[in-house]
Amino acid sequence: MVGTMLTVYAATIDLNRYFSGLNIIVALVIATCKASLVVLFFMHGKYSPKRTQLVIVCSVFWLAIMLFMTMSDYLTRPWS
Amino acid sequence: MHRTGELYGQFETMEQQREAASLGMWVFLVTEVLFFGGMFMTYTLNRSTYPDIFGEASRSINLTLGAINTVVLIGSSLTMAMAVWASQVGKKQLVTIFLISTLVLGSVFLAIKAVEYHEKFVEHHVPGFNFSFEPGASIATNAHAQLFFSLYFAMTGLHALHMIIGAGLLLWLIKQSMRGRFTPQYNTPVELVGLYWHFVDIVWIFLFPLLYLIDRH
Repeated sequence: MVGTMLTVYAATIDLNRYFSGLNIIVALVIATCKASLVVLFFMHGKYSPKRTQLVIVCSVFWLAIMLFMTMSDYLTRPWS
Repeated sequence: MHRTGELYGQFETMEQQREAASLGMWVFLVTEVLFFGGMFMTYTLNRSTYPDIFGEASRSINLTLGAINTVVLIGSSLTMAMAVWASQVGKKQLVTIFLISTLVLGSVFLAIKAVEYHEKFVEHHVPGFNFSFEPGASIATNAHAQLFFSLYFAMTGLHALHMIIGAGLLLWLIKQSMRGRFTPQYNTPVELVGLYWHFVDIVWIFLFPLLYLIDRH
């Protein structure tokens, strides 16, 4: 885990301006990988019963709904 | 409250009882995900509206301290995971040692966070009276920078509050563990506090790149 932390550090400091927004994408992909590792191994998500895994996936799914719906509203408001 | 790990009437096996407990903790963590989710939502929206000011404001935060804190917190998650493992295999002394190291690392995190907050107070970067992002910044710049710092303090503050609650839970666990309460048959409290602690770690894993690492090049 400490190793992944260091990759985050290196990856985000570098110039990542091949197209705009690449920086944040790289940062979030690394963060998601780290979070997944924590859930799968530290929190035993990999060895949990199916029911528990369903609950874990649900939390991410609901969060995605909230982010997706709200942003698709705000980003399509030509009048504001 | 049952302490010795006997089977409750509504469960058929110990295994089922354990699974029910961890499922319940996970359901609580889902509500926590959505609790923090509202803040991440606000952040996403404001950052997409004022990308440049957010970048500038983010660069004023102390990256070194933030990165050290990330390592400290992931380290504390590791010791917490070791405590859960030790309690499952019945190494009673190791449980106490790992719980104490988790508490120490968590306290180090909070101490570093306090230093960072202090810096922000000195720089007049705390939203409210006397806020001034840069000398001579326009009213709009100041207002939008204030938005960033409001989110910064709300999100890290809520995270720190979770850490303090976690530290309280750890103290309680350490006390129980010193009495030798946790055995391979009964270690649910260690496991559930572990889940909570890892969740708080995950929140920070996302807070760190989002708050500290905007346009750092």
